[in-house]
Parts: sequence; structure tokens; C-alpha cells
Amino acid sequence: MNILTLFVVIPVLTVAGILFTKDLKQSRMVSAIGMTVQLILSAILVYLYVTERQAGNMAPMLFTFDALWFPALNIHYAVGVDGISVAMIALTGVVVFAGIFASWRMEFLSREFFISLILLATGVFGFFISLDLFTMFLFYEIAVIPMYLLIGIWGSGPKEYSAMKLTLMLMGGSALLMVGILGIYFFSVPEGGQLTFNVLEIAKHQIPIEMQRFLFPFTFVGFGILGALFPFHTWSPDGHASAPTAVSMLHAGVLMKLGGYGAFRVAIYLMPEAAQEQAWIFIILTSISVVYGAFGAIFQKDLKYINAYSSVSHCGLVLFAVLMMNQTAFTGAVIQMISHGLMTALFFALIGMIYGRTHTRMINEMGGLMKVIPFLGVVYVIAGLASLGLPGFSGFVAEMTIFFGAYEHVDLFHRVATIVAVSSIVITAVYILRVVGTLLMGPITDKHFLHLEDANWYERLSTITLVIGITFIGVAPLWLSDMINFSLAPLIEKLATVQLPGM
Amino acid sequence: MSLIEILAMRNELLLTIMAMILLIIDLNLNHAQKERMIPISIGLFLVVTLIGFIPQPDQTIFGGMYHTNGLVQLMKNILNIGVLIILFQSVSWLRSPANSTKISEYFFLLVTTLIGMNFMISSGDFLMLYLGLELATIPVAALAAFTHFNTKSSEAGIKLLLSSALSSGILLYGISMIYGSTGSIYFDTIGAAYVNVPLQVLAFIFFFTGMAFKISLVPFHLWTADVYEGAPINITSYLSVISKGAAAFILVIVMFTVFKELAPVYKNMIYLVAVLTMTIGNLFAMRQKNMKRFLAFSSIAQAGFILLGILGTNKMGMTSVVYFVLVYIFSNLGAFGVVAAIAAKTGKESMDDYDGLYLTNPKLSLLMMLSMFSLAGIPPVAGFFGKMFLFTSAASGGYYWLVFIAVLNATISLYYYLLVVKAMFINKSDHPIATFQSDGYTKIGLMLCALGIFVLGFWSQVYEFINNLSFGI
Repeated sequence: MNILTLFVVIPVLTVAGILFTKDLKQSRMVSAIGMTVQLILSAILVYLYVTERQAGNMAPMLFTFDALWFPALNIHYAVGVDGISVAMIALTGVVVFAGIFASWRMEFLSREFFISLILLATGVFGFFISLDLFTMFLFYEIAVIPMYLLIGIWGSGPKEYSAMKLTLMLMGGSALLMVGILGIYFFSVPEGGQLTFNVLEIAKHQIPIEMQRFLFPFTFVGFGILGALFPFHTWSPDGHASAPTAVSMLHAGVLMKLGGYGAFRVAIYLMPEAAQEQAWIFIILTSISVVYGAFGAIFQKDLKYINAYSSVSHCGLVLFAVLMMNQTAFTGAVIQMISHGLMTALFFALIGMIYGRTHTRMINEMGGLMKVIPFLGVVYVIAGLASLGLPGFSGFVAEMTIFFGAYEHVDLFHRVATIVAVSSIVITAVYILRVVGTLLMGPITDKHFLHLEDANWYERLSTITLVIGITFIGVAPLWLSDMINFSLAPLIEKLATVQLPGM
Repeated sequence: MSLIEILAMRNELLLTIMAMILLIIDLNLNHAQKERMIPISIGLFLVVTLIGFIPQPDQTIFGGMYHTNGLVQLMKNILNIGVLIILFQSVSWLRSPANSTKISEYFFLLVTTLIGMNFMISSGDFLMLYLGLELATIPVAALAAFTHFNTKSSEAGIKLLLSSALSSGILLYGISMIYGSTGSIYFDTIGAAYVNVPLQVLAFIFFFTGMAFKISLVPFHLWTADVYEGAPINITSYLSVISKGAAAFILVIVMFTVFKELAPVYKNMIYLVAVLTMTIGNLFAMRQKNMKRFLAFSSIAQAGFILLGILGTNKMGMTSVVYFVLVYIFSNLGAFGVVAAIAAKTGKESMDDYDGLYLTNPKLSLLMMLSMFSLAGIPPVAGFFGKMFLFTSAASGGYYWLVFIAVLNATISLYYYLLVVKAMFINKSDHPIATFQSDGYTKIGLMLCALGIFVLGFWSQVYEFINNLSFGI
């Protein structure tokens, strides 16, 4: 079997396995085994990919497999990966693995919880390996819908409201996307050819510019909603705050990246002309996302809300970088997706663990936690420093690359947008350091906190996996950016040929 | 015409024979033995359904009044499968003391109306279409009033009868104008003579209005909610799935053959009716607490989606309509089956009663959830593929904004479908519906639905098969 298909088959088998389990112990064991296999498989995929490239394989997509599914509409099950998708798959593998261990004590309806969680992961993996827009869209929706149950059943706070809001907004996004994808399909080939959903086939041909102008906003906003594009980001804080730990991790860590990846792979890759023309609107919106998200985080008291708003800011940066449309910025966008995925997953995992001990998420009710739970405290600081872009961690590499890329544009508009976006770094530092200060340092405010226990083995396993990822990218970013750079070449070539009237 | 040629009508003949056999057997049973009718009827109907799958050559008899071909046969088979599931699902309701004396009447009436629908789909001229439609409608009115001691049920029967009579009148008026302006009632000969003349446009509008009543398109939907609520659940599911499906089938055939020259005119009409139907159906469905009314309004919204396929006016459009109806039968019957199973055991049919259902009846809740997702068009269940292909065919005609409105409506519909999921999975209840076991028949009926919902989407051969039989303008 094709190695990529395994990425969908293993989660499905895991789900089937969980169906036969009886209690929490069994179901978490099956999930852990399944997702460990998945993690190992991701590592193997990275290794295979790198060796294949070193052996001189120049094909744009590797490990491709193509099977005709609906002949009448020329819908294929087509899979294949390039450096970017490999990186995203590896990220997903790590975050899902950590997520399973972060929900080691999910007592209530545990079987159903793990099934929904892994179904969500199936959708994400499927999305990243798809080359066919139809299956891509199919997996996209599979990834979104379990969120409703996950938040609605196992969430906290106004969970029903948040779950419904999140689901409907994301499905609204997929409504836009549907129009975009169908439009692309009907203009995928020159008049009279066999219509196709295959991304690589469509990219060979230029979609008529009038159609691009019409379809690009649909596609970009459709994906943008999932990437928390201002003003469609409002599902994100509520959704993340109400979701159970593992779901927040997976959602902020991986699912929001579907937006950035899709905007890049579908909207910009297939419609570069319209992208160039309309980029300015979305650059303004994403700049607002970046700064607004950061300011939003400052004013929150709930740890999860802080992190949710910071995700809006960081994911806004991904879309911002994608819109800059040059090699450096694209590389930065992908690194930022990976970096933020790991970082935010770590944050949400830690918040879940702290909440499990203190039973509050309000920072003003906590203090001095570093003294009682030093392990979690230290890891929280690491996550915080990575988030505000300290060199040596992944955040620094990502943000530096993005801002360098953005500054390569010489005109005033891009410069101003870049400067506005850069200012978010300062604001990020404010809210991160404020939280670290009140939460971890200072005197212990509540005497109940004196008896808190530090992290268990499974919590350590979950967090350390993520910390390793963050540090690895921070210390050896070249390895990742080489992998991405090579795969960016077709897109850069395509953008270079774009000739617009008056530019 | 030789006797062999009459065998072209094998579906109708078999069903007629079946109806006769049921009546004769019923004469020989006393009150205590009436329950024996259940396995006999289901067995006979199963045989009819299976015979329908034997391939048959295309034929035209009665000088063009009746014709059959692969597509028509496929449509009849789809309806047969739907009716078979309904028969399974109605067993526990039929066994209740109030109905146990009327078991054979139920089966007889159901089979009779199905004969009408088969004639309607097979019709080659407007006369046969009208006869089939009437034969299909009148027994359904009797069925809607089946629990006649219940005022709501009687009301449903009379409402259905009156609104059907009105719509039939309008339809007949349209047909008479068509005859007047073209001099023919045969589908084959009308096509070329039917052009953009005001009288013919008017005739079309009357015809379309008559059919719109049957499919309950807005603004001709007002009878739907009351009838659906008042009628016994199994009849409601019959009305919302089989009646609607049959009418949609014949509508798409007639639109693609008889009125094909009129396409530029009727496209605008359908555009508007589609938008209205989807939107208004959705807006009303949101407020419903009674599961039957809820499903009634949701089925109005679903009918709006069917129009998107007709709007495609190509081969893809017809395929997507037939495929969607097939998927819709399984999804909607899944939902109705659960409602029927619960109502038969507990008599509860309000959404609030479903609170906490998952903890007591997990299997029913799961099937309900899958049906809801399928109706809303969420992958990986079949409803996604059905909707997706309808949207694709509408987009093939360039109707991108309509597709957008439709997908937004699908999102809105997701809201109220999720309300049911929320009740079952999330809400807590002090008095949940107690755990219960359904009888074997109901289980088979529900399992068939679950199977259809899961398999139909991934099994692309089904779509291909329909596509090979379809045609466009």
C-alpha cells in the first residue's frame, strides 16, 4: 500500500479498534498505540522524503498514488506530498501524539472522546496528503465536524454556544470554499478539455483572469476563516476556551493550519494573478488580525482566552506571510505554521494540566505556581519564550523569516504593513511576560496550591515531545527550510510569469 | 399488442397482484390472526422489489402512453427500496392494539399508491401522468387519516385530500392548455412544438405549480407541516420520501424532454423557487420542537436543493437529482425510523424528550446523528456526495451565486440538525427515554438505512450506473 494512504488507514483502524474497547484504560491504550505508530510513520516519511530528494528525484510531488473514483466527474483519490506537506504531516503526528497523552484521564465517555479525536486527526492527515480538490474538501469537512461533539460534550464554560458558533462559522467558510472549488473545477482546463480537480493539473493552465477575480476571494476567505482571518476570527477564542485540552491542542495546533496551507496551496497557487491583484485587501485584514489578536490577548484574564487570541495573532501572521508572495516569506509562513502548531499545542496542554490541579484558569486567582509545580512552570516559561520569539526557539526563526520576506517588498504599502505587523512582537512580549510573572512568580496566593503535585509521566511525555520539536526547529532551522524551499520553486516560477497590466 | 408486451408493466402488474392477494388472504383471517399479514406482505413486497432488478429491454406500449427504460426502472427500484424500509419500520406501530385490526388495509393502501407512482414515472403522455398521480394521491389521503379516532390525523387526511384536489385541478388546467396549444398530449410529439409562446409558458407555469404542490416547494408548501404532523409517522415518512421522490423523478424527466425548448424561461423561475424553498424551509425548521414537524420543514428545504440539479439541465443534473433522491431516501428514513421506533415504544415525539438519549439508547442516537449529518451534507456519509453533486451540476450552468446561497442554506440547516444531535448527546435529562429493545423488523429497517448512509457515498459505481442511464437537454 502507498505510504501516504497509510496515514488515513491507521487512524481509521485505530477508531475501529477503540470501538471494541470497554473502558478508559483500554481505549486510551489503543489510541496511544495507534498514534505512536502514526508518529513513527511520520518520521519514516520525513526520512524517506529527504533520501529521495538527495537521490535527485525532482518530481514536484513524491509518493504519488492516483485512483479514479467518480469517472463521470473525473474525481480521483490522488495523494502526493512535497516538502511542505511532509512538514505539516510531521507536525500533525507530533501534536496528535501529545494530545492523546494530554487526555490520559478522560473519564467521561472516554471511548467516544478518543474516537472523535482520532476522526478529527484522520481528516487533517487526509487533507495534507490530498492532491485532488474534491478529496481535500471532503477531508476538510471531516476534520471540522467532530469538533462540535468534542467541544459540546467534553468542553467547559458556555460549551454549547461555542461549539455551535465554531461549527457554523467554519461550515460557512466551507460554503465559500465550495463555490471556489467548483469554479476552479469548471475552469480547470482550456475549453473542451477533460475537467479535473487535480491541483497539479490545474496549475499547468491559467484560469481566465475574470474568473480568478471572482473565485479568489471565495477561496481565500473560505480558508481564511479557518486560519482566523479578521473579522471572521470570532469562533476561535470562544471555541478554544471551551474545548477540552486535547481538542484545543489539535485545533489551534493543526486544524487552523489547514487554513494557511489551503490558502497557499489552492488560492494562491492556482490563482496567482488574482492573488497579486487582490492581495492588498487581505494584507490589511491580516495585519489587523496580527495586531488585534495580540491586543486582545493583553486584556484577557482567562489563560485559554489569552492563548486563543495569541493564536489569532500568530495564525494571522501565517496568512500575512502567504500574501507577501516571495520565497522568503513563504518559507517563513510554513515554519511559522509548524512553530506555532507545536507552541500553541504546548500552551494548551500546560493550561489543561494547570487547570486540572488548580481548578481555575483565571490568572489573578493564581500565583507562585513555579514553587509547587516546577516542571510545568519551567515548560510554561519555555513555551512563553518561544512564543515571544526568543532566539534558539522556533518562534524566532519563523517570525524573522516572515518579516525579512515581507520587507523585501520596496513599496510603501508593504513596508507600512510589515511595520504594523512587526509591532505585534512587542505586544506579544507584554502579555506573555505578564502571565508568566503573575502565574508562576511571586508569592503563592492560595494555600490549597501548596499541595499540588507536579507532572505525571504521561504529562511529561506529552510536553517534552513538544518542547523537543520547538527546540529542534529553533536550533536547526536550515534543515526544515531546505525541505520547504525546494518545494516552493514551482510556485515561485508560476508567480514570476504573472504579468499584470500596469505592474 | 401481444400479451407478452404487457409484461413491460411488470412492476405495476406485480403490485396489483400483490394487492389482490393481500385482500384475499385478509378475508380468511380472524382478528387474532391479523398479525400474520405482516410477514406475508413484507415477503411479497420483497419479491416484487427483487424482480425489479432483473434487466428488462426498453419498451413502449399503449401507443406511447406507457414506456419503460433503464432509467425508469431504476427510479422504480429506488422507490421500492424506500417502501420496503418503510414497511419494516411500520411493524411495531401496526402491532399496537389500535391498529392491529387494520393491518391489511395499511399494506393494501400503501401498495395501491405505489402502483400510481409507478404509472406516473412510466408515463409517456400527460393523461397517464395525471392518472398515475391521482392513483397515487387518493390512497395516501386515506392513509394520512389512518388513525381516524385522532382528530389531527383526520384533519391531515382531509387537508391532504383538499390540497391535492386543488393542485390536481391546476395541473389539469395546465395540461389542457398544453393540449390546446400543441394539439398533442404525447411527450414525444410535444417537445419540438413547444416553444416560447405566452400561452405555452402559462401552461408550463400551471403544470409546474401542480407538481410543486406535490414536492411542496415554496410557496405551495403550506399544507405540508400540518399533514406531516397529523399523519401517522410512517405515512409522514412515505409522504416526505416516496411521494416527493416520485414527483421529483417525473418532474425532472418532463422538464428535460417535453419542456426542453422552454429551458431559458423556466430556469429563472426555478432559480427563484429554489432560493425561496431552501430559505423558508430552513427558517421554519429552526423553530420546530415536534420531530415530525421538524422533519417536515427540513424536507421542504431539501426539496429546494433538488431544483439545483434540474437547473443544471444536463446529464450531470439528472444524475445528481436521481442520486440525491436515493441518498435522501436512506437519510430521511433513518431519521424517521428512529422517531417511529421511539414513538412506538414511548409515544414521545418532541425534541426535548430526546435529551440524554445517547446514554440510554446509544445505537438509535448514533443512527439519528448519521442521518442528521447525511441530511445536512456532512462527509463522510452519503448526504455529502448527494449535495456536492447537486451543487456541481448547478455550477456547471454557471450559477455560482445560487450555489453559494444553497451552501449557506446547507450551513443554516446544519444548525437545526445539530440541535437534535445536541439534545441526544449533550443535554442532560432527569427523565431520559428508558433503554428499550426494538423488534426485529424495526432493526432490519434501521440497519438498511445505516448501510445506505455509509456505503452509497463511497461506492462510486452507484453514481456511475445512474449516470449511464441519464440524459440531458
